[in-house]
Amino acid sequence: MSAWIGGFLRVAWLVMRKDLTVEMRSREILYTTAFFAASCILVFAFGFVKQGRPVDDVSAGILWIAIAFAGTLALGRTFERERTNETLQALMLAPCDRPAVYAGKLLGILLLLLFVEVLIVPMVALMFQADLFRSPLLLVALLAAGTLGFAAVGTLFAAMLVRARSRDVLLPVLLYPITIPVIIAGVRGTAAIMQEGGEPLARAWVAMLVFFDVVFVTLSLWTFEAVMTE
Amino acid sequence: MTAASASGPAAAFDFDCLGVESVTRHFGRRRALSKVSFRCEAGSITGLLGPNGAGKSTLLSILATLATPTSGTVRYGGATAAERGAAIRARIGALGHDLYLYPELTARENLRFFARLYGLDAVEGRVDEALDRAGLGDRGGDLVSGFSRGMRQRLALERALLHQPRLVLLDEPFTGLDDASTQALVARLRAWRSAGALLIVTTHDLDVIDGLLDQAVFLRDGRVSGIAAGGVTGLREIYRERVTGGGRA
Amino acid sequence: MPMLNRLFLPTLGLALVMFAAAPALIVNAPYETTMGLVQKIFYFHVPAAMTMFASAFVCGLASMRYLFGRRATADRVALAAAELVVLFGIIVLVTGPIWARKAWGVWWQWEARLTSTLVMWMIFVAYLLLRRYGGPGSDRLGAGLAVFGMANVPFVYVSVNWWRTLHPKTSVVMTLDPGMRPAFWWSVAAFVLLYVALLTVRTRLAEQRTRLEGIHLALDD
Repeated sequence: MSAWIGGFLRVAWLVMRKDLTVEMRSREILYTTAFFAASCILVFAFGFVKQGRPVDDVSAGILWIAIAFAGTLALGRTFERERTNETLQALMLAPCDRPAVYAGKLLGILLLLLFVEVLIVPMVALMFQADLFRSPLLLVALLAAGTLGFAAVGTLFAAMLVRARSRDVLLPVLLYPITIPVIIAGVRGTAAIMQEGGEPLARAWVAMLVFFDVVFVTLSLWTFEAVMTE
Repeated sequence: MTAASASGPAAAFDFDCLGVESVTRHFGRRRALSKVSFRCEAGSITGLLGPNGAGKSTLLSILATLATPTSGTVRYGGATAAERGAAIRARIGALGHDLYLYPELTARENLRFFARLYGLDAVEGRVDEALDRAGLGDRGGDLVSGFSRGMRQRLALERALLHQPRLVLLDEPFTGLDDASTQALVARLRAWRSAGALLIVTTHDLDVIDGLLDQAVFLRDGRVSGIAAGGVTGLREIYRERVTGGGRA
Repeated sequence: MPMLNRLFLPTLGLALVMFAAAPALIVNAPYETTMGLVQKIFYFHVPAAMTMFASAFVCGLASMRYLFGRRATADRVALAAAELVVLFGIIVLVTGPIWARKAWGVWWQWEARLTSTLVMWMIFVAYLLLRRYGGPGSDRLGAGLAVFGMANVPFVYVSVNWWRTLHPKTSVVMTLDPGMRPAFWWSVAAFVLLYVALLTVRTRLAEQRTRLEGIHLALDD
């Protein structure tokens, strides 16, 4: 059993490291995603700010929408890379536990998104005078749990759509309705953090997100092989 | 070099014959393969021949356990992919039309990644050998994106054979190769056959493989329209007769 | 599903009879004190919602069976169930706003249950879009989505509920007056029968289509 877990983690780590190496060579997805997230925030800022005062709770919403949009873009680009040389097939051919490949790709995407968040969270805090860092640990927990939930579902969907027609538009079409609980939890949790005495509520949202993560990561690991074989 | 020695997590399993039993594959309305049956033994080269759309690539996907048939079975020795999935994959090496190489990595990094993924030992040694065999000994540190088609093909082939597989599946391996590379590949295939591998090759280039095949399976519209066995020569004639001539076996 | 096929006509017949009789029961049910006549729409709204969510589970379970067991029948049932989720969902999403408009003056209230229904509905519309435009192999992909959709039901409900409780507006929770119960459960039964009938006929349609394709292809042999 422990050998199996060891093998699983080894493969996941290998795949993740390969993804990071590939990405670090050009840093294309990293820069473009970060910039895209920043542009999103700017666009929303013009959409929602009235007379120099941000509308209540809008900063929380803007943050999570930017994460969702940027995440979808990053997922699409990452798997497009795998598609050009059919390397995802090569990974499926390997004599390893196939869900480990999913885990490796998930970790890579997660790291990418967390990095983008490190950039845009201060940006949102600054532009909207949002008191995001009132409880920093709680904020980190919320962002981590929410991003994991979004990335878990997103990685599975992006992987399964790799050989489908209309995959560019189908990824957001499939992803957004399913991740609505994540968005709701993220936005309300962030809003709660910014409020006086909102910590217990924020903690409740984090708990829901953790539960979501457990269920959907498990579901993804379980169905990965089945959806990836034709 | 033997095909029998393997290392890695699933080394215990091996097989010496491949049985395709009445394999059918539907894609909704389209029937890509229909009741395809044939057998291969270790130490042989089988050719899958037929026009585009005959189902060759679909069949190779199924043999590589990347797809499952709608009905019918594929047996590796006695086992099926459903029973021994990962163990069987450890003994399969495949090369598709898209070469399964990461252009953003160097040749050496590509080989190293797959060697580690397959859980092989003595990684650096194997990688060096593979680079030499591909004629890329001095280009190991260069990014694959800078390689010509022929160089990528040679590297991709070595990657596919890195773990010394029992079953070697090659989809159009001769495309884009010059004469020298083609001859080298043919020699390589012969060497692997002697070492006991099961090779299955699809190609359009009948002249190249004339005299190379131990068995030729002709596919048309997803169906086997003929099987020629026992040191196949005069492929062009047989092909014309079995495939384009409109005849059934 | 040969047994259900045989029962199809009786089931449909019974469902239609029940729907025909329903108005009599509904008219005789007691008036709800605060909302008046428009409340009667709830006899269609709620059973439709119940059937819709049940169908989401049918789709999810059939999809699991298809994904792991590769039984073609399971795929046909899943597709039929998904279409019915969308169909019954339309009933819910149309009757809901009609009720809301008459009762509270606005078409849409972001009420927890209606919003949850909208989210679930969208997941299954996405399923149909995937099956239609995803190209070959989208049957397995759709199965994956349906399983995720089914697993999502509790999360959607909880998150939308918590989201709503911060902005309490009008409450839709009604206690079911005992006098309303016969009409209500009659409606539920009628909807369930209608659902079963539609599921059967739609699955059978898919089956016939597959059989026809088989004959077409056999002609080439």
